[in-house]
Amino acid sequence: MIAYAVTFAMACFGIGLVFSLWRLLRGPTRADRILSLDTMVINFIAILVLYGVANGTKVYFEASMLIAMVGFVSTVAFCRFLLRGDIIE
Amino acid sequence: MSEISLLPIIAILPFVGALMPGIVIRAGRNACAAFTAAPTLLALVMLGTLAPSVYDGTVYTTHFSWIPQLGLEASFFLDGLGLMFACMILGVGLLITLYARFYLSGDDPMGQFYTYLLLFQGAMLGITLSDNILLLLVFWELTSLSSFLLIGYWKHLPEGRQGARMALTVTGAGGLAMIGGMLILGDIVGSYNLTDILAAGDQIKASEWYLPALILILLGAFTKSAQFPFHFWLPHAMAAPTPVSAYLHSATMVKAGVFLMARMWPALAGTSEWFYIVATIGLITMVLGAVIALFKDDLKALLAFSTVSHLGLLTMLLGFGTKAAAVAAVFHILNHLTFKAALFMSAGIVDHEAKTRDIKQLGGLRKLMPITATIATITALSMAGIPLFNGFVSKEMMLEEATHTVWWENPWIVPALATLGAVFSVAYSLRFIFHTFDGPVRDDYPAKPHDPPFGMYASPAFLAIFVVILGLFPGIADGIVGMAASAVIGETVHPHLALWHGFKPALYMSIVAIVVGIVLLLLHRPLDAAWLAAPRPEAKRLFDDLIRGVVGLTRRVNDVLHNGALSRYLAIFCASTVAIGYLAYSGGGLLPATREMLPTPPLAIVAWALMVLATILVVVLHRTRFAALIAISVIGLVISIGFVYLSAPDLALTQISVETVTIMLLLLALHFLPKETPVESSIGKRRLDGLIAIGSGLGIGALAYAFMMRDFSSISGYHLANSYEGGGGTNVVNVILVDFRGYDTYGEIIVLGIAGLAIYALMETLLSGPAGARLRNSGYNNDRSHDRHPLMMVIAARLMLPIAGVVGIYIFLRGHNEPGGGFVAGLVISIALLIQYMASGFAWTTRRQRMEYHGLIGFGVVIAGLTGLGAILAGTPFLTSWFTYIHLPPIEEFEFATAALFDLGVFLCVLGAVMLMLYSLSRLARHSGETVNTEPMDYDPSKAPTFFEDGYRTEEEGR
Repeated sequence: MIAYAVTFAMACFGIGLVFSLWRLLRGPTRADRILSLDTMVINFIAILVLYGVANGTKVYFEASMLIAMVGFVSTVAFCRFLLRGDIIE
Repeated sequence: MSEISLLPIIAILPFVGALMPGIVIRAGRNACAAFTAAPTLLALVMLGTLAPSVYDGTVYTTHFSWIPQLGLEASFFLDGLGLMFACMILGVGLLITLYARFYLSGDDPMGQFYTYLLLFQGAMLGITLSDNILLLLVFWELTSLSSFLLIGYWKHLPEGRQGARMALTVTGAGGLAMIGGMLILGDIVGSYNLTDILAAGDQIKASEWYLPALILILLGAFTKSAQFPFHFWLPHAMAAPTPVSAYLHSATMVKAGVFLMARMWPALAGTSEWFYIVATIGLITMVLGAVIALFKDDLKALLAFSTVSHLGLLTMLLGFGTKAAAVAAVFHILNHLTFKAALFMSAGIVDHEAKTRDIKQLGGLRKLMPITATIATITALSMAGIPLFNGFVSKEMMLEEATHTVWWENPWIVPALATLGAVFSVAYSLRFIFHTFDGPVRDDYPAKPHDPPFGMYASPAFLAIFVVILGLFPGIADGIVGMAASAVIGETVHPHLALWHGFKPALYMSIVAIVVGIVLLLLHRPLDAAWLAAPRPEAKRLFDDLIRGVVGLTRRVNDVLHNGALSRYLAIFCASTVAIGYLAYSGGGLLPATREMLPTPPLAIVAWALMVLATILVVVLHRTRFAALIAISVIGLVISIGFVYLSAPDLALTQISVETVTIMLLLLALHFLPKETPVESSIGKRRLDGLIAIGSGLGIGALAYAFMMRDFSSISGYHLANSYEGGGGTNVVNVILVDFRGYDTYGEIIVLGIAGLAIYALMETLLSGPAGARLRNSGYNNDRSHDRHPLMMVIAARLMLPIAGVVGIYIFLRGHNEPGGGFVAGLVISIALLIQYMASGFAWTTRRQRMEYHGLIGFGVVIAGLTGLGAILAGTPFLTSWFTYIHLPPIEEFEFATAALFDLGVFLCVLGAVMLMLYSLSRLARHSGETVNTEPMDYDPSKAPTFFEDGYRTEEEGR
């Protein structure tokens, strides 16, 4: 049962990635693209966790945590650049 | 201490000694000279202790492995030839040291001079003592370099600088040719050790590579020893101070070529190729040098061409390839050293006292400086080959050998030309004596000449005594000449040097030379006029034209290939790589694929499409830089995820951290850069560039695909097998970084640290320069969002810091066995700190951190280095790791490896470098007038609201 659930969830996040890609390509604003990047990070983290569940190892889980820890920093930097121009004031 | 180990000490002494003069000069000029003489004297004494047994035929050798893979060994050997040369170098070195003490004026930096002199002496000594021809090449190049410094010692004189450049170019080019020759030689014999090469003479001469090797080695020897047509650099090198000319250009360096020919004599000489190349060139040089010398008015130029001529004589004798000629050559080396060094020093004294060395301005000096005149007369008569002086004995031997030599079935051409050389030799020697010292005393010298102090004429006088003793009793040199000549020839000879050889052709040739030489001198005035009127090739102009031509040519080639535009450079590089790759592929050596394709899950295809489309997006959007950066982030993200998917979690972590830090760096810089890239190239050029880019991308893709579809052997297997047993860790990547390839990592963290410091230094320079002024005047407009330090972000960042800190330490500690390590940990911690900077601002955060990033880099490198040195203390090579398992209750047993300490160094260095780079870049904004905040966040709910003050200050106020 869990195999089906994982496959289904993966498919959903995969479709989410495709939609994010569309947003990245289309834009139209810079904020749209930043958001699409951030969404991709989150989707990938989810996919990693699912992958770990599917394969029964904890390595992927840990990797996903670490990516979550640093993955949002570039989003913050992009946003600060948009809002303030200088990211370290 | 055994006698054998003395050799390397002797070789290294001058180099160690070279450290002293520069320091000791502060204690005065005498102390400086004494400290220069001390290592020379010490080396001479050490050599003296070895001399008796070398005299009896012992050959000392000592070997140290240096780079055995290349055949390079630090091995030395001492035989008769080496001993004679080493004694000459050190002995004359001592005399020159004394002479230079009095010759150099107070304005000349004496410490520098003696340092260069000792460096040169060490290099020269190394040539004579090397047993390994690769080591010999190293010393050979060192003589070129150190003589460059010595010739150009008077930096303010353009002739000095040009002469030094010319000497370096010519001898350096020769050295390059010689490297080729030596490598061929080593290849033929299968060993780079001289002792082996000298024993394999027949094998070398039989090889089909003999002639190329011979020509290349001779090119090196001829350029060094100023043989025709490379003789022109020597007279120009006379711009050097006279002690240098006396030491390098008469006694030692120019003899290096002769020494090499003598050294290689058993291996290379005796063939007709050797005879026709070496003897012919030597003969031409001898005659040409002697003829030109007669018409030089500059005393040093006269002596320089005379040296060229005498070097030609030595070359010719060695070229004859007979034992008797080799004996004559060895004896003449000794004689030439004694009279020529003394003559140069006398010329220097004249120049020093009369402030000119133009013969036409001199004359009559015998009455004003009788001691100098006596020394110069004795030594110049020896140079002329007048009986009772040592030059006569060896010149007779040379003429005797010449009469036995048949050149191209012609028995008289060599003796005739040798006599011609001797004629001119007599003429210019007598001119040196009579036109300088005799004649009426003049009253128009630039300075009033008189004899110098004793210290200055002591050295030439000492040599002049030798000239007379060897001239009267040449038999006392039997031993030393026999010893050196035996080493040259390879079998024991017992020469009997004598003043009187009987009524032989050589005696008549000598008489002819003296008589005709005197006639030439008497006819000098009309001859000189004719010489000056005749068209002559001017070597310096030809050389300058040649250099200009070569520079022009390379510049033209360079302008086409590399015009300073990165796009041009990359286009050429990529296109040629693709072309070469295609060429290799079309050779048809590609084996069929041995692996199956792996299954491709749909998600992998999605990720792949994501990366490809994001890459295309970068190309499309690259003119709007910010959008392109976002697309680049997507690419980095997919690569990181790909690493996780392909079972490399630590690579993934490293990748995403590096991506994050890089994006921040780029954003910091982008703030001050145009946000759009202008169009600068034509549409045609862009199309071409696009084609090249697509071509090389496809090429790389095809290459990667081809590799992945085939089994190939790599060193991965070794690393996997030895990681745990050899390095004590189960994380192979980390063990490779800190153990197997620790040396590489050590180099890399140093480079990283230097890069960080360089960015800091560049930024410092930038801000204090005109760019900084422009930045300060650019005006800061606060036309932006007022959410400067949002509460939410500050709180999130504060929560993040300890978590990230613990994670960083955890990743670091477990790095040896599980994914992680110092590099990733450093990046994670720096990202955690950077979040604080972003959230609460530069000034507020900087005030709360007490470590200097420069210091972190330094600590990192030092800790890593000390760990490596610890291995040396334990008796293993640098950076060998050691590990053990420690059991400390109540903790579980854990592993302790020195590699972890090394990793700590990596960690600190990475952290310091990354932070220093971002810190430096972010300082830019403050210079454009940006204010800083004193509070950590825009609105602090724990404090009473301040409605009228915004809390922002300029940077100075904020401190």
